[in-house]
Amino acid sequence: MSESSVAHAHDTHEQEEDNQLWEGGQEPMKASYGKLMMWYFLVSDAFTFAGFLIAYGALRFSSPTWPEADFVFASFPFVKAHMPLVFVTFMTFVLIISSVTMVRAVQEGHRENRRGVVFWMFLTVLGGATFLGCQAYEWTTLIKYENVSVTRNPFGRYTADGELVDVNGKPVVENGGPVSVKKDQSYILHGHEHDGQIQLEQRYIKYSSGPYAGQTREIGQGPKAFGALFFFITGFHGFHVFSGVLFLAIIMINAMGGLYATRKNGYEMVEKIGLYWHFVDLVWVFVFLVFYLL
Amino acid sequence: MAGHQTYEEQKQLVFYGLKLLGVITILEVAFALFSKGHIIPSVTFGKDGGFGQYLYMMVMIGASLYKAYFIIFYFMHMAHEVRGLVVSVLMPMTLLIWAIIAFFQEGTRWGASRENIRQRNEEVVQPAPAGKPQGYILPSNTKG
Repeated sequence: MSESSVAHAHDTHEQEEDNQLWEGGQEPMKASYGKLMMWYFLVSDAFTFAGFLIAYGALRFSSPTWPEADFVFASFPFVKAHMPLVFVTFMTFVLIISSVTMVRAVQEGHRENRRGVVFWMFLTVLGGATFLGCQAYEWTTLIKYENVSVTRNPFGRYTADGELVDVNGKPVVENGGPVSVKKDQSYILHGHEHDGQIQLEQRYIKYSSGPYAGQTREIGQGPKAFGALFFFITGFHGFHVFSGVLFLAIIMINAMGGLYATRKNGYEMVEKIGLYWHFVDLVWVFVFLVFYLL
Repeated sequence: MAGHQTYEEQKQLVFYGLKLLGVITILEVAFALFSKGHIIPSVTFGKDGGFGQYLYMMVMIGASLYKAYFIIFYFMHMAHEVRGLVVSVLMPMTLLIWAIIAFFQEGTRWGASRENIRQRNEEVVQPAPAGKPQGYILPSNTKG
């Protein structure tokens, strides 16, 4: 046999193998097309969120001060007291629990248990909707009562020690004495409406240390990027939760109608939306870390 | 994928996950409140800007990464996928290491330039004396 015919025989053999591969039925990486594509969508989504969070970090590093999370996020529905981080911890628990009910829905799907799938998915939808409600409360508090917007940030921290004074330079008296403030102490500028526009109060400080020691200057807003970053990143995450809730509801209704039972693939659609839902929880772990813990 | 464990084992894993994530979150928040002076007012190492705050941040990042690992590997079943899938999903994430280093470095640099930019903005530019040529004069032998 000549060399070329050996090579030819080899080629035909490979071609047959190729044909078999391309006939379908063989799943690359032992995961179905839909599941694989969901994973790669999540990879790209992870990069989007990572980009936002890294931008937050870069802007925070570039600011001389940054608002304190346990000072900013301290409100709780129906409670007047200062309760730092308690409400957002509750929100985190809502997402964790809805993630757990999602795992249960996927497991019941593998057992082809239609009622189980619908029950656990319903709880997941409920959890997602609760989270959105909590976020609505949080945003309302910040926007309506604390006057934060994408360009305005009443939350700041003093850059040096000093004493609060009024516009004429006279010390502000509170509880029978002057008000002295320390470097890194948090403050909030209260706002009032004037001709339909929110105006923040003007407060002044006479510095006793730092580069402006001895001078009286206005206490300005905190770093303005804070509001924009907060609303943009938690808004983008909230939009993921919102679309997740929609898709969960659609798939739950389909499951109720028996659509996935006829496919006999272990409710794979539930597994795919489950991946997405866990990813939303995963992103919240990092949003929680950078906005509320660090 | 299912089939590696019995149904009872799977259910146990779910409640183990709930407990694990819940306990880590509670510990994180309690540690945050403790180290920022909300439980004992004199303890504020979590916001003093020194080594204590550095340690605080490392603990928080570590705990969050562990939560992320647990969600990906057990709730999303990454632990039961083939190696190729795991690598193709997780390996691109290593690109983020450089992104974090580079952009945080860049942000620090922006911060360090703030005072310089403020001074330059406040600089008063003297107008050029009248009657004298302004701008850059090209040498006479340059073709323009």
